[in-house]
Amino acid sequence: MTGLLLSTLNPQLSTAAPRASMSPLEHAPLLARDWLVSIFPAPLQWLVHHLITIVAVLAVFGLFFAFLTIVERKLLGRIQNRLGPNRTGPFGFLQPFADAIKALTKEDVVPAAADKLLHLLAPVVVCTFALMTFAVLPFGRELIPVELDAAVLYFFAAGAASELAIFMAGWSSRNKYSLLAAMRALAQLISYELPLLLAVVPVIMLSGTLSTQSIVLAQGGWTFGVLPHWNILTPWGACAFLIFLIAALAETNRSPFDLPEAESELIAGHLTEYSGFKYALFFMAEYFGMTALCGLGVTLFLGGWQAPFVFLEFIPSYVWFGVKLFALILVLIWIRGTLLRLRIDQLTRLSWKLLVPLALINLANAAFWSLTADLPPLFQIARWVVSIALVVIPFVLIGRRLSTGLAPRTYRYA
Amino acid sequence: MLGSGILKGLAVTAKNLAGSYTTPERMVTVEYPEKRLPLPEAYRNFPFLVTENAEDPMGTLRCVACQICEKECPPQCIYIEKSKDKKPDATGKLQLYPAVFDIDISVCMSCQICVEVCPFDAIKMDQVFEIAAPDRFNDLLLHREQLAKPNTYYHQIHPTEAAEVDARLAAERQAAAEKAKAAAAAAAAKAAAAKAAKPADAPSAEAPKPPPAA
Repeated sequence: MTGLLLSTLNPQLSTAAPRASMSPLEHAPLLARDWLVSIFPAPLQWLVHHLITIVAVLAVFGLFFAFLTIVERKLLGRIQNRLGPNRTGPFGFLQPFADAIKALTKEDVVPAAADKLLHLLAPVVVCTFALMTFAVLPFGRELIPVELDAAVLYFFAAGAASELAIFMAGWSSRNKYSLLAAMRALAQLISYELPLLLAVVPVIMLSGTLSTQSIVLAQGGWTFGVLPHWNILTPWGACAFLIFLIAALAETNRSPFDLPEAESELIAGHLTEYSGFKYALFFMAEYFGMTALCGLGVTLFLGGWQAPFVFLEFIPSYVWFGVKLFALILVLIWIRGTLLRLRIDQLTRLSWKLLVPLALINLANAAFWSLTADLPPLFQIARWVVSIALVVIPFVLIGRRLSTGLAPRTYRYA
Repeated sequence: MLGSGILKGLAVTAKNLAGSYTTPERMVTVEYPEKRLPLPEAYRNFPFLVTENAEDPMGTLRCVACQICEKECPPQCIYIEKSKDKKPDATGKLQLYPAVFDIDISVCMSCQICVEVCPFDAIKMDQVFEIAAPDRFNDLLLHREQLAKPNTYYHQIHPTEAAEVDARLAAERQAAAEKAKAAAAAAAAKAAAAKAAKPADAPSAEAPKPPPAA
């Protein structure tokens, strides 16, 4: 049914059938896995099959996390005209391992008044939920840990649950700063879950499926061989992607929305009473969550593992996924190096007064786009104009309304 | 328009990011152990003992063990033992010298009072700051061998101040020499007068010359 829907929506859609131009490396990971599975006796094979997938995801994204921390610190340093860490190994690239050893050998302090069990469980739970989201991301043409029909739904269910763990951490620490941070995290979650989901709905509407792999396949194909059919290259897709990006920043508690761990106000937020490896687990979960959400953004809007040009298809699909994921994360680091932290009222105002209305209008825009797909070529230009206007005009109007009386600020006594 | 400020900010940070690779002048970091900034001349911490001659540091200490600094030191970090014998100092006068001169660097607060009270310009402020040591009891108690540094080093770290001190010391030495010469001349005149008063006493013996002034 999905295929039928896709072909009616997008006549130039490329099928998932393997092509001659594809590299033999494309199948290498799967062949390696099948070979490993075949070593084990038949009754164990299903277990080994899944375990290998889990281990592969853990190893790849564990390493990715490790090097992401050093890349982030280096880039933030460069943005501030500093050098960043460069003492451990060549260019400081062994820094994450030094950090890991330090975190492991540190004393684990649990407050006397804390709820010991919840205090221990919170970092485990937050890491678990962050890792669970990786299960439905299509890393390549054939690389997807679990093929679910309701993959997007599953992703958001698992992703939102990590806020529960943050609240667990805040509550069990019996520390007022931790608790305040946890309350903020919940307020933030409620504010930003809505625009995040509303930004994803147009994609689901137009591809007619909740399966991430089918969504990626729906973005296949190129016009003239150079213009990919990615969702971000449509007016509604660009708008939805920006809303998704902003909401994803807030969901993962990253700057400029890192209110739950605003160190100038809340010491370290919900991490105040955590030390040693538990702290490292929270840190890891934050980066896993960010990576997973960026992976979803790549899947939904940036064509997933699809190559940007036809002639670049010989590069394996999982490389393309990795490149896009890394590029998106670099954008997040860039934003972190640029913007200031918002106040809690500014945070909720941005969501409820700007992102939610824009996302709702964008939903109508996507519906319009979907209904006018079969118009003759002459009308296609009008379709683009109307669609772009549906994005730009509400943004300008709402933006003007929101910013009247706020800027520029004058300092009378400074 | 809403968001234009964000775009401007992103442009600034992107410029910084690219610029940090192309223009090294932007960087605010000096990679300390390999590269260092020159210390300002007025920078000072921890005292050292000035010696005249780098070849024989213990023999040419300016310090005469008067113990003023030891008494004035607010945190009481100086310990001095006077010598039993005497040695000629820079002006040739016989002086005591410190048999033991210890400064507990872990107690010293670099207040410079010892330098200000010293009448002999024998103790001056150093510019060391890398004195971390594994043993806080033995390694941070500096003896006179570690504290003694030649006058040339003093000229290196505080050129203006050292020049002033040297000029003052030279003037003092000259004054001392002139005084000694005057004293010698006076003694000679006195001897001559005595000889003139009693010419028959010892005609063959000339007036004994006073020892040449140092």
